[in-house]
Amino acid sequence: MNGVRLPEGLVAIVKQDCPTCHLIVPVLTELAAAGLPLTIYSQDDPAFPPGLPVVDDTGLEVSLRLDIETVPTLLRVIGGEVVERTEGWRRNKWEDLTAVAGLGRGLPDYRPGCGSRTLEPGIAETLAARSGVTRLRSRNVAVGALEDPVEACFERGWSDGLPVVPPTPERVLRMLEGTRRAPGEVVAVVPPDYAECTVEKAAINAVMAGCRPEYLPVVLTAVEAACTDEFNIHGILATTYFVGPVVIVNGPIAGAIGMNSGVNALGQGNRANATIGRALQLVIRNVGGGRPGGVDRATLGNPGKYTFCFAEDEERSPWEPLAVERGLRSGTSAVTLFAGEGSRGVFDQQSRSPESLARSLAGCLRTVAHPKLVRDYDALIVVSPEHARVFREAGWSKARLREEIVRLLTLPGAEIVRGAGGCAEGMPEEFARGSWPKFLPEGLLFVHAGGSAGLFSAIIGSWKNGAAGSRPVTREVRV
Amino acid sequence: MTDQILLDPTNERAPQPRARAPRPATLAGVTVGLLDISKPRGDVFLDRLAAQLTGRGVRVERFRKPTFAKVAPADLRYEISVKCDVVVEALAD
Repeated sequence: MNGVRLPEGLVAIVKQDCPTCHLIVPVLTELAAAGLPLTIYSQDDPAFPPGLPVVDDTGLEVSLRLDIETVPTLLRVIGGEVVERTEGWRRNKWEDLTAVAGLGRGLPDYRPGCGSRTLEPGIAETLAARSGVTRLRSRNVAVGALEDPVEACFERGWSDGLPVVPPTPERVLRMLEGTRRAPGEVVAVVPPDYAECTVEKAAINAVMAGCRPEYLPVVLTAVEAACTDEFNIHGILATTYFVGPVVIVNGPIAGAIGMNSGVNALGQGNRANATIGRALQLVIRNVGGGRPGGVDRATLGNPGKYTFCFAEDEERSPWEPLAVERGLRSGTSAVTLFAGEGSRGVFDQQSRSPESLARSLAGCLRTVAHPKLVRDYDALIVVSPEHARVFREAGWSKARLREEIVRLLTLPGAEIVRGAGGCAEGMPEEFARGSWPKFLPEGLLFVHAGGSAGLFSAIIGSWKNGAAGSRPVTREVRV
Repeated sequence: MTDQILLDPTNERAPQPRARAPRPATLAGVTVGLLDISKPRGDVFLDRLAAQLTGRGVRVERFRKPTFAKVAPADLRYEISVKCDVVVEALAD
């Protein structure tokens, strides 16, 4: 045991708030009266047991270092080492351990103990942090007693502009309870500094973002997916264009952690939606070193760069979930990342046929990036339940809708070439002849989400697509 | 009251300041690298520059990133570093 040397002989750990500890007070009294070397540590009340010399362990230092899980625990110590231990009250064990026969006459033979105070929620993390016996490796930053820790985080440049939750060791240890992965495991190498992000660093940033521990696996998966060559978070960060990572969550974990896929799915008000997207951005800022004005050169950016995360409403969807369409087994929890700008609305309250509604979507999709630019930009279409119903009732699959939109947006070169229509922007001269699809079929992603009322959908335009830019990435969530 | 401990959320790296390579006083005997990052019309600018430089007897090497959206591959960076004394990068749009 580090620090405190254990007394020789018998050591008992008890707490006043435990009926079994009360039951064995006569046994302890008997052992003390017999002149045996006995030391009693009390976890909650130094005056318990009454009439016996008690060592105060209300700070739980000794209990923690002895890994006490149950009270009472009786130990035999020789040369500072624990050589024998028994938990709860079990007469024969206590007799063997103390070498005293006939202990606790009149007591039942066996009574289970109670949980040690070290196992109460939050206590273990607090104690681990205080005792320094932690698994954490991050640098400790001391904030003065008179300094406001929230302000201290701002001053050190750790915030995205909104207050963060100060990442104390206790909070980070609690956050780490959300995953089975070891704190030292490297999740990803994060651009632009190409720094290793451990589970611990991600947990620290998740604390700051306001996450609950059960969100951590989703955050870790999002970080992993972002830092792939296909997704190319470095380019997304560095570009002057609007985009940031949009996180779409599929599978049972979305419901389990209380994510919103319904009313106001793309908006504010849900903790998981709000903080998971924010945690990813804080990892890029703090671990990756990517900051606006530094490597982030966005001309305007978009409000989703604070956080942009939502779940798909799979239950009411007419279609297979996004992650399933992208190759994962049904029922798998997954994260899909999309390089997206802000969302824009599609208003259509009149269409009752899929052909008509597809025309509305296509008309609005044409403006992604520019009405005269084709092929370089993808789009994520968030189809609301009332619009989805039109497609469901007509039996239109996602593939059918995608095909229709690609067809509707196959544009004559004469219309999109530079200078056409009195507008200098457009496609280069080699596009002047023939017709060109605005979107590649794989560049149109559909997700079902939103409140049950409202004949609206949303379009989220992307950045340069394909191998030269960013491709959506889907990853299974590991707990 | 005692200090409160926070855990550092950053990568804990300290930037290492390095002095810039000295600027050459003249381009005589120097190889100039022209790096096109694949942005539209960057080549127009670099073609003009190349013509100007070669017209003055300066040795020019041309390079091109596969895509402007990703960092230059390590091999390309290495090649530039061993072949050139000076580099002009065109960040055009």
